[in-house]
Amino acid sequence: MNNKPPKRKMEKGIMGRTIKALFKSYPKMMTFTLICIIVNAVISSIPSIFMERVFTVVGKALSENAGWAEYGWEITVDMLILIGLYVVSLIMGAIDKQMMAVITQGFLKKMREQMFNGMQNLPIKYFDSNSNGDIMSYYTNDIDALRQMISQSLPQLLTSAIMVLTLFFIMLWYSFWLTLIVLGGVVIIFIVTKIVGGGAGKYFVGQQRAMGKTEGFIEEMMNGQKVVKVFCHEQASKADFDKVNEYLYDQSNRANRYANMLMPILGNIGHVLYVIVALVGGAFILSAVANLSIGTLAGSVTVVFNIALVVAFLQMTRQFCNNINQVSNQVNSVVMGVAGAKRVFDLIDQKPEVDDGYVTLVNAREVDGVITECEERTDVWAWKHPHGDGTVTYTKLCGDVVLTEVDFEYEPGKPVLQDVSIFAKPGQKVAFVGATGAGKTTITNLINRFYDIADGKIRYDGININKIKKADLRRSLGIVLQDTNLFTGTVMDNIRYGKLDATDDECIAAAKLAGADDFITRLPDGYNTMLTGNGANLSQGQRQLVSIARAAVADPPVMILDEATSSIDTRTEAIVSRGMDALMQGRTVFVIAHRLSTVKNSDVIIVLDHGRIIERGSHEKLIEQKGQYYRLYTGAFELE
Amino acid sequence: MLKVLLKSVREYKAASILTPIFVAFEVVLECLIPFVISKLVNAIDVTIGNVIKMSEIWMYGGILIAMAFASLLFGALAGAFCAKASAGFAKNLRKDLYYKVQDFSFENIDKFSTPSLVTRMTTDVTNVQFAYMMVIRMAVRSPLMMVFSLVMTFIMGGSLGWIFVAVIPPLSLLLFFIMKKAMPLFHRVFKKYDNLNESIQENIRGMRVVKSFVREDYEKNKFDRAATDVQMDFTKAERILAWNNPIMQFFFYAVLSTVLFLGSYIILRSNGATGVGEVSQLVVYGMQILMSLMMFSFVFVMIVMSIESARRICEILNEESTIKSPENAITEVENGDIDFTDVGFKYSAAAERYALSGVDLHIRSGETIGIIGGTGSSKTTLVNLISRLYDATDGSVSVGGHNVKDYDLTALRNSVAVVLQKNELFSGTIKENLRWGDPNATDEQLVEACRLAQADEFIQGFPNGYDTYIEQGGANVSGGQKQRLCIARALLKKPKVLILDDSTSAVDTHTDALIRKAFREFIPTTTKIIIAQRTSSVEDADRIVVMDGGKINAVGTHAELLGKNPIYTEVYTTQNKKSNDDTMHDTVSDGGDGNE
Repeated sequence: MNNKPPKRKMEKGIMGRTIKALFKSYPKMMTFTLICIIVNAVISSIPSIFMERVFTVVGKALSENAGWAEYGWEITVDMLILIGLYVVSLIMGAIDKQMMAVITQGFLKKMREQMFNGMQNLPIKYFDSNSNGDIMSYYTNDIDALRQMISQSLPQLLTSAIMVLTLFFIMLWYSFWLTLIVLGGVVIIFIVTKIVGGGAGKYFVGQQRAMGKTEGFIEEMMNGQKVVKVFCHEQASKADFDKVNEYLYDQSNRANRYANMLMPILGNIGHVLYVIVALVGGAFILSAVANLSIGTLAGSVTVVFNIALVVAFLQMTRQFCNNINQVSNQVNSVVMGVAGAKRVFDLIDQKPEVDDGYVTLVNAREVDGVITECEERTDVWAWKHPHGDGTVTYTKLCGDVVLTEVDFEYEPGKPVLQDVSIFAKPGQKVAFVGATGAGKTTITNLINRFYDIADGKIRYDGININKIKKADLRRSLGIVLQDTNLFTGTVMDNIRYGKLDATDDECIAAAKLAGADDFITRLPDGYNTMLTGNGANLSQGQRQLVSIARAAVADPPVMILDEATSSIDTRTEAIVSRGMDALMQGRTVFVIAHRLSTVKNSDVIIVLDHGRIIERGSHEKLIEQKGQYYRLYTGAFELE
Repeated sequence: MLKVLLKSVREYKAASILTPIFVAFEVVLECLIPFVISKLVNAIDVTIGNVIKMSEIWMYGGILIAMAFASLLFGALAGAFCAKASAGFAKNLRKDLYYKVQDFSFENIDKFSTPSLVTRMTTDVTNVQFAYMMVIRMAVRSPLMMVFSLVMTFIMGGSLGWIFVAVIPPLSLLLFFIMKKAMPLFHRVFKKYDNLNESIQENIRGMRVVKSFVREDYEKNKFDRAATDVQMDFTKAERILAWNNPIMQFFFYAVLSTVLFLGSYIILRSNGATGVGEVSQLVVYGMQILMSLMMFSFVFVMIVMSIESARRICEILNEESTIKSPENAITEVENGDIDFTDVGFKYSAAAERYALSGVDLHIRSGETIGIIGGTGSSKTTLVNLISRLYDATDGSVSVGGHNVKDYDLTALRNSVAVVLQKNELFSGTIKENLRWGDPNATDEQLVEACRLAQADEFIQGFPNGYDTYIEQGGANVSGGQKQRLCIARALLKKPKVLILDDSTSAVDTHTDALIRKAFREFIPTTTKIIIAQRTSSVEDADRIVVMDGGKINAVGTHAELLGKNPIYTEVYTTQNKKSNDDTMHDTVSDGGDGNE
């Protein structure tokens, strides 16, 4: 169990951190619980002492041919002390369990929150490079493993360990020789646990993996079930499934076989050990072997073996084995808990998005061309720019965005953008056109600093965006993504997401601007209709309209739009287009265009190819050039 | 419900029966062991007769070790058979579910969502597997253990046995009471917990939106409220459950003290006729009785918790496919003639509205038919009747001169190829995906089909060509490429009827035209039915069917319809007014997969 030093060290580190975190969250309760567990465990291990005392008295009485009348009182006193201890133990046990329930759930909540709050501050890169399912499993599987460990395995382990220790001392108190026999048995138990338990552990991991594989297979096939039907692929699909399923069965069977066998094996090793202790004890009594123990050394335990001592010792042997078995049983769950805790801490330890920006966005008032900061909302915004010499300058927020010779790569050595320069004057519309992978989305990712550029400069109103606080930069940029993400809540809540202090009227006005008001008012509960599952009860086009309204209510000077490509019917598409057009009115707009009307009305069209700008200019100019854009426009060329 | 589930035990019946038998043997041995131990202890006891009976010690010791080994053997066997039975049962359940779904008709599939089908085959089956394991092992073990232990206490302890009998009712009552109080709480909190996780998922998926609107703090607050709510409820439920242990402990202590006290009283009263051995082992029995009660209450909870899963599994197993091949089915489709005769259709018997009504349409083999109409005009519904993906409610649909209901389903569907609107590629190479159409197709045939579908060129452009690995759902090809691969896959079936359900929407008009040209030249005898959003895709069809509100509004050529049919004319003019937009829409339509 413990001859893997590096792994054990890692486990120790994680375990230590978990326990430390527990104490930090609940210093008083944890200390108190700990005391309760210890007291309870110690008391639980001493009934055998009283058994010995009572049986010694009984033995003495019998040998003296005396009866209850003479020794009854002595026994009663012992019993009363025992009952007193039991009462203490019960109270401690009840308190411990109650507090543990509170601590476990409180701690889990804290962990969840730390993960969630930490996650909010992670860079987009993290979400792009980890699948949603993976991130999700931190909150489900790993937290579950952690709960199992904190609420059950750890207290159980602690109780068992203390009982084992206490019993060990009591056993030493009574007899060295018998203790030695029991220790021999413990070694065997450990070896068996390692072999059988290790096998179970190995196959449980295998079962987990096989389960994941099966789930993936089922998910893919169920998604394409209609295709399976249309191609009469049922038989082949069944055959493929049988293979995956058989493997899962094999792993599951082995894992459970080992796990199921561990208990009877350990239990019966305990029995055998018990018999050996009884035999040896009997032999010792018979041949009046001199007992050697702490007790005899202290002079309070008989120097010769007697029945009471052996019976008490047998009782202890049983308890001792039971507790060792408990430890063995908890090993797997502790290993899983530690693995879960490690992943939880990994997420918490993820490096948050760095933000060195110091230029902030403030409410401002402009009097005679001079901009001053003010507290109240004026709907005029300014960049507050503190300088090294202590002075502060204010620049009015206009929406002037300039990219100069920007280079960027997601992975070192694989440039995605090269030498990209773009100028957008306030109110101008810039359209990006190009194939998948040309770098359209990447440019928008750089403007709002989801990613940071490798070389070159991006300036917003003349300020290097690296100097602007990310939150303020993003607040000054509106965004409508191609994949609409709505949140659980009412339609009104979803629109208000753009500006949390917007009044109902403002939200409705934004919806009207987006062209969403019409369908929203026809929903059963109008603006109070609950949306769930990313707006599953709305059509694709309707979801887009809500997301346009959401951006509209935020009313930023610069907008980034990613036009949807999915085929929605002509009528809805027309409404969505009108909404988009309304949103673009009077703002600096970067649009990843999929509709030609959008492109045609743009001030500048940027044609991208493999991360480079290959053409730029107005629609008329580009048509004249008869280049890539022209071919695209005439439909002679397909961009993919 | 139980009957339906147990049908899946099959070849694991033997293991399922052997498990409780071995468990029973194990329990009997386990109950006898303390009895023999008490004999052993008595043999050691010098206070009785003042002599140690060493021969007896050896005898009882030998018996005990033999019993321990037998018990070990039975226990291990029970464990192994139990693992086999439950894992096998789960395997068969999954298999039966999967096979059942394979035989589902579209109507059946529509009834269950994909995630719900996946959950039923994974989580639900695992729950049932666990419950099954509990039932064949623990549910047998606990009551047996309790009864045997009780019997032994009476044999050994005489009237002391009544202590145990007295303990059982109040303890069971208390355990039952706790479970009864905690269960509904857990039920409620698990729902809340699911909601919490769902909102986390929503947040992860929408992280770009959260960050764009700088709503991190808002999300944190929202999460805090939900998480606190879950914490409160969980704590409440757990605290009720936390009484289980102290209650058990109380009864155990009570039994222990009483046995010890009364035991020594009885020993002294009987002048040693009842031995120390018996009294000390009574404690062991007491423990066993209490533990089995506790176990039983857990098993009970497990079973109750898995009932919901079992119910969901049975829902699938009990579902009957609504479309099956008839007996003496026709196995050959002669040609690509299609006849709709006064066809009406609704998606469920209970539905008030007909999705299709009064459809009369006769298509000759080799014709190219375009279908146009707004969303909800039932274009897809119409073509789905041809390969019997659904059955017409009224009237009849015939292919090759015979009612589709008379054909063997495989034969019919192999002759009628459909490229679905929501088409899917599967993880595997391009070749593997294409061979769905024809498992025996040669590489040359694959290339030929891809040429017709205008897919060959881009496939050749991939570094691995036809061996390029397609990721799940075709994530690594663009929409237009995916559509063309799906068309090629359908072509490989060499169908008599080819149906494209809005299958070129992401392909540019030029390529779209090339595909149609290839159809005309290379598969002239195949009946082609093309559903499209844009008129340009159907302009050159032999006939165009205009659908509106589940009815055929008009049938005719482009020239016949334009200007005369208001719907067709409107669609045409809106698209033509911005016909250039449309070109653009299609050409640039594959964009923005995040990491460009």
